[in-house]
This record gives sequence, C-alpha cells and structure tokens, in this order.
Amino acid sequence: MNAMVRRYGTGLTGLSIVLTAFWLLLLVVFPYFGLFENSFRPYLPVVDVGGPLDTYSVNNYLTFFTSPIHIKVFLTTIAYSCLVTVLALLIAYPLSYYMAKVISPASLPTVFLMLLIPLWVSEILRAFAWFIILALKGPLTITLQALGIITEPIHWMWGLGGYSGVIIGLIYTYILFMLFPLYNAMSSLDSNQIEAAEDLGAKWWQTHWRVIIPHSKPGIASGCVTVFMLSAGSVIVPTLLQSPRSRWFTEVIQQWMFESQDWQTGAAYAFLLLLICTVFVTLMMKFFRVSLADIAK
Amino acid sequence: MTKKTSHLLLQIYTVIFMAYMLLPLFVMGGAALNDSRFPTILPWQGFTTRWFVELYNDQDMWRAAFATLMVGLFVVLLSVPIGTAGAILINSLKGRSRTLLYALMIAPVLTPGAVIGISTLLFWTKFSVSAGLHLSVLAQVSFIAAYVMLMVLARLQSFDPGLEEAALDLGASHTQMLRRILIPHLYPAIIAASVLAFFQSVENFNATQFTRGNSTTLTVYVGSKVRSGITPTINALALIMIMLTVIGVIGYEIYRRRALARKQALELL
Repeated sequence: MNAMVRRYGTGLTGLSIVLTAFWLLLLVVFPYFGLFENSFRPYLPVVDVGGPLDTYSVNNYLTFFTSPIHIKVFLTTIAYSCLVTVLALLIAYPLSYYMAKVISPASLPTVFLMLLIPLWVSEILRAFAWFIILALKGPLTITLQALGIITEPIHWMWGLGGYSGVIIGLIYTYILFMLFPLYNAMSSLDSNQIEAAEDLGAKWWQTHWRVIIPHSKPGIASGCVTVFMLSAGSVIVPTLLQSPRSRWFTEVIQQWMFESQDWQTGAAYAFLLLLICTVFVTLMMKFFRVSLADIAK
Repeated sequence: MTKKTSHLLLQIYTVIFMAYMLLPLFVMGGAALNDSRFPTILPWQGFTTRWFVELYNDQDMWRAAFATLMVGLFVVLLSVPIGTAGAILINSLKGRSRTLLYALMIAPVLTPGAVIGISTLLFWTKFSVSAGLHLSVLAQVSFIAAYVMLMVLARLQSFDPGLEEAALDLGASHTQMLRRILIPHLYPAIIAASVLAFFQSVENFNATQFTRGNSTTLTVYVGSKVRSGITPTINALALIMIMLTVIGVIGYEIYRRRALARKQALELL
C-alpha cells in the first residue's frame, strides 16, 4: 500500500480505493450477503416485515427440498447444462486448434471478424433465430421436405426428453464462450513442441492428448465454467425454445419472483443456483489444477 | 492420416462451423423482409418493408431504445472508472490481499445474471430504493466493471513502471504522471473496454429482467414480444441490430488495424 501511495500519490490511491470499495462492497459483497440473509426470511405482507413474525428459518429451503418437482427441475438443469458444456467443448476444440495452430496468419483476422458478429449479437436474438428455424412448419422442416428427406413436419424442440430445442439453443448461444478461451490457451503453445512430438513418432491423437490438451487446460477450464454458468443461469433460451415437457430452474426462480411475488423463496432458489455454479467452478479448478486467475482471462 | 488430409478436414469443418454460426442470423434477418404474418423465411411470400414501418411506428420500441441508450451510457460512465481503479489497485498489491481482492472482483463474472439481478433488487429495496432501470445499471456495473478491470489489468502488466518512476524523479507531480504517462498508455484498453461495456449493457437480459421494475430496455422489449404473439417486427429490429453489430465489428477492426500499423511504423523508425 505504501508503494502505491509513493507511485500514484494519496489522491489517486484514495480514489482507486474508494471506487473499488464502492464496487466490491455495495455492488457485490453486501448484495450477495443480502441474498443469503433474505433466503432465511419468511414471505410476509408489508405490515408484518420487521414484526414478531419476521424470524429466521430454513423454511424456504425446506420448500425446495420437499418439492420433488423442483428438485427434479434443478437436477435436470444441472445435467443438461453439463451435457451442453461437454458438447460445446467437443465442437469448439477442432476449430480452436485450427485457428491457433494451422490457419495461415493472413486469413485469421477474417475468421475472427466473422465470429465476432454472432458474439456481439445479443443472446436473445441468437435464441430467437433458432426459434424460427426449429418451428414446426419452419425453414428447417420446409427445406428437408423439399429435399425429400422427411414427409411430415417434425417437432424439433420436443426430442431428448423435451429438451432438444433448449440444448440446440444453448450450444449455439454460448459456444463462442468456449471457443475463445480455448483458442487463447492453444495459441500460447510453442508450435515446436507439436513438431517435436510428431518428430518423435507421436500419432496425431497422442500429440493432442499428451501435448496440446495439457497445455490448454486453463482454456478448457475457463470455457467449461463460463458455458456451464451461462447455460444453467439462462433465462431466455429455455423460455423461447421450450417444449411442453421442458422446465429450467431459472423459470422456477422467475415464478417465485414475478408470479408469487415471494422474493424470499426466490432468494433461496437463486442462492441454490449460485451454490451449484460455485461448486462447478471449484471442481473445475481442482480437476484441471488451475487458479482463478487462469480461469478469468 | 496425413497432414494434408487432416488440414483439409479441418478446413471443411471450419467452413461448416462458420455457416452454423452465420446462417441462423441470415434466416432471422431475412424473415424481416418476408411478407408473411409469421416470422419465417420459408415459405417466401414476397419482399416487403412493412415490418420496418410497423416497427418505426411502435412507440414502445422507441421508449425502450432510448432507455437502453441511457442505461448503456451510465454503465460505461460507472464501470470504466471503477474497473480501471480496480485494475490499478490490484496491480499494486501482492500476496494474499491480491488473491482475495481478485476473487471478489471475478465473482460477478462467474455468477448467473439472474442471481446478480435478484441480489441487487433485494439489497436496494431494503433501503427503500425501488426497482427500476437505475438498479439495472448497478446490477450490470457489478459484473461489467470486472471485464473492464481485466482488460485494463492486461494492459497495465505490459507497462514499464520505470517510466512512472522516471517521470516522478524528473519532478512531475502525480497528476502530471497520470495524465502524461499512465492514461496515454492505458488509453487503447480504456477505449476498447468502453465499447465492450456498452455492448454488454445493451444486450444484457438476465440482470435487467429482475431489476427493471416496470421499465423496459430493448432486449426486454424483444423478450416480451417474443413471448406474447410474435410478429416479424421483431425480425426487423433484429436485422437492424445485426447491421449495427456488423458496422461496430468492422469499425473496431479498422481501428485495431490502424493502431497496429501505427505501432509497426513507429517500430521501423
């Protein structure tokens, strides 16, 4: 701290501390704590707030743990978010390898430019695009019918236990958050290492398994954490691409918040979502042996 | 598998992936020009611009667009100084305090937007601040400032502290050093971070949805339209937003290449 004062003077040091404190305390720590605290409070009419009925309890969490439907939605959300994460990794891996190690430097900016466009188009529109494509009598059905591949219209969003639309939408919407960290990690690998492996007789898959993947671990961890968090926490994609049988955990949270106006139970459910994301980040850091600084780059 | 065939396969894969990324946007944009009651590109019913006229006449859309602009502006004005301050602070710290502070700063990036929105809503309503777009700004700043911090920090780490020391040794005040040395060095990162912060704010849905009260931003407007009876006016809006994005991306790329060329020219001198 003293070094910082010497470097920047008391004015700038003080200003930096005040701004950072405003951010981390008023926008992050206190609100998170408020969420936690509220999740133990009862849902009361305004007049009773702060009165004798306003006592702490675990009732809001009991509501979750005694509701088989909510538990099922929670577990399904986690399972399908994991599936989306794995699929996104598998789809993005070859491309990030190609971009980092194979492509000619001259055409890389063009590829980047083309990928930045879907990245900067908002997630709601990306999901909406698939809503149009997958509609019962939409472009996909019509095209396949014209080609003679199918005769009857297909409910594209109703497969995989009713979650096919959601999965397709989530992968499309979030895959670039897997691609870019992977690319960053891979492009820092010295190409000589790949050549050395090949010269020493490694097969192509051995080179990937023993050289490229270990080096890309921070990128893989970062991409997986981001895609999982975005998928599990997605509000608009599961709403837009739903089927009669699909339900996402964020939809339950929205019900508590907007339909029941029960913000306390909503807070408990939101806290569970936060908890599972934290667990996922921790597991990823342990599994890939990377630090938080590696994940957020 | 020889190297040549594997590279060919990768090339084909890349082309397919690009088509996968871009075709849906064409389908969505194309539907804006289709004279069909439903938003679709097939069956093609003929070219029309009426969805743009309808969109233009929609007062709600204009109100939402204005609100989006204001929210984005305030998010940039708050998150850029905050993120920059955070980067300067963390760059001066070492050891435990740095790790802890870093974790706190990164936490909002790894938190689902819905959780951020609900936390912000609960915290501020406790102090009788009711829901509204001002809360959306605060919710968005909590994680967008982290992106700014990361971008500025990356730039700071390529900075030679010797320059600061030299300036101070030669009698510059801290303010002068800041204005003449530090800010000019951070300038490209700050510009890039401002653009990113604005776009992040415009496209934010989750955090905004839970904090906005009765106000509407463009993404929320699209969201509510999409849920309740869709007309191709949404596609018209989507097409406009895609075109703005394309212009933004290309403009950003031109800026980046110019900066690169300038840097290379300076190195040649």
